[in-house]
Amino acid sequence: MIGLGSMLRKELLEQWRTRRILVVAVVFSALGIGSPLLARYTPELVKVLAGDQFQIVLPPPTAADAVSQFLKNVGQAGVLSAILLAMGSVAVEKERGTAALLLTKPVSRGAFLLAKLLAIGTTLLVGVLLAAIGGFYYTAILFEALPPLGWAAMAGLLLLGLVAYASLTFLGSALTRSSLAAAAIGIGAMIVLAVVSALPAIGPFTPGGLNAPGAALAVGKEPGAVIGPLLVNLAGVSAIFAVAWLAFRRQEL
Amino acid sequence: MSSPPGAAAIVCRALTKRYGSVVALDRLDLEVPVGSVFGFLGPNGAGKTTTMRLLTSLAQASGGEATLAGVPVGDGEPNRRGLLGYLDQDPRFHTWMTARELLDLVGRLYRMTDADRRARIDEALETVGLTDAARRPIGGLSGGMRQRLGVAQAILNRPPILLLDEPVSSLDPEGRVDMLAVIRRLGGTSTVLFSTHILTDVERVCDRIAILDHGRLVTTGPMTELLERYARPIYRLEPEDGQSDAVARMLDALRAAPFVTHVEETAAVLRIAVSDAEDAGRQLLAMVAAHGVGLLVLERQRPTLEDVFLQLVGRRAHEPQAAA
Repeated sequence: MIGLGSMLRKELLEQWRTRRILVVAVVFSALGIGSPLLARYTPELVKVLAGDQFQIVLPPPTAADAVSQFLKNVGQAGVLSAILLAMGSVAVEKERGTAALLLTKPVSRGAFLLAKLLAIGTTLLVGVLLAAIGGFYYTAILFEALPPLGWAAMAGLLLLGLVAYASLTFLGSALTRSSLAAAAIGIGAMIVLAVVSALPAIGPFTPGGLNAPGAALAVGKEPGAVIGPLLVNLAGVSAIFAVAWLAFRRQEL
Repeated sequence: MSSPPGAAAIVCRALTKRYGSVVALDRLDLEVPVGSVFGFLGPNGAGKTTTMRLLTSLAQASGGEATLAGVPVGDGEPNRRGLLGYLDQDPRFHTWMTARELLDLVGRLYRMTDADRRARIDEALETVGLTDAARRPIGGLSGGMRQRLGVAQAILNRPPILLLDEPVSSLDPEGRVDMLAVIRRLGGTSTVLFSTHILTDVERVCDRIAILDHGRLVTTGPMTELLERYARPIYRLEPEDGQSDAVARMLDALRAAPFVTHVEETAAVLRIAVSDAEDAGRQLLAMVAAHGVGLLVLERQRPTLEDVFLQLVGRRAHEPQAAA
């Protein structure tokens, strides 16, 4: 991995200069803070909106609802962010010719790719971390303090799922010279995985399948099988990266 | 890396590149001696950029092989060893960076120490005349400034081999002269392969040349040798105004004359390439007199690279490639 450190530095600087990391931080923070608020006040909002004409009985919201809301909101926005971050990462550099500039220097193609994926992962990590801190704090204020380790584990699983979606789009970006084609591959993969996640035997092993054990861990419950899905997703990200590298290794730029 | 005197820094053996049925480079055999400033000439589409891309491992050869400083290209090993500096014909950069930041990244990739990197960046910026623009975002630099920056990033680590693809094409006349002087100086420390279709630039800086056409090597050798071997004597005639009919008749006669190899008519100037200068001098004057053409100028010119190129390729370097 010749040149990985310098390339990673460049990629992280790019995430900062192009404001990507800032946008992700703001969006994820807002969603992280907003999720427990939404869980806490949705029943009251519904009652106010329904007025006196309807009698709507809703159970009192709990911390589990805040966790569920958090996973839904941050998860959905996170998948879109992952696709947006990854879609142009390699394709744009190939299309603009900047990849050619760098790859005539002492940089291996593997390092070129890995630096990009690590930078995307770092941006998502910052977003999930801020969302998790905000979500944890407001859940504690509005509901009850949840076990911090469980909450951190839930955030870790969520991050892994987002990195998995990012890596699929990243593969598309490495295979093509078009950001849109890469995004289409990422969105296609997202749809396929959403369908597959409904299958009982396979569903828990998909990136979205990590949410259920994450939600259980966040509220201090037994998560069920989590190691298997965790390892499958880690292996999936590694395998997708390997395929991207194999495709990019001898690609003409 | 040091090489023995007379050794070749760049070697191509039957190097071939095909894109489907199109042969972009056809069994190129080439040797570029260590320390030379080597002009790589050819019309647009001749295969110059293809060769550069193969040497930089940005494209993969369909056949043959090439080495840079003895290291085979293909899997990018010369790049990883820092053996080459490369300037693309249309250099592209990350526009969010400043010129200094780009050079800093390049220096880091070459694992330069902080002090060495700073010194080399200042030196490279000064060499290409970009010191004042060093902290400006690249997105705001002009085309010429970007080309200078391209040269700066290529020379930053003082590579033993420099591949410059059309390095002065976007520069104004003054910048062009400056950059050619830089390239000439670089020849003292690096082997420079310099592709262009502007032949006067090559005459200014190169000691050896190769001419490509339709993906094939037409000729290669020291410039002086090729000028002697291929350049035919040229006579320049400038007729007086108002004798177009007589000049036209004289031109017809010249084109049919056995000692004339090529006739070129531009504006009010005729350039006549001949096979034997001594004989032609006498016969030419006789033909001018026979057609009653009055002359302002008749002179014998020193053959140029343009003449060599014209003779070998059959058209000027900037003229587009004819369909094969």
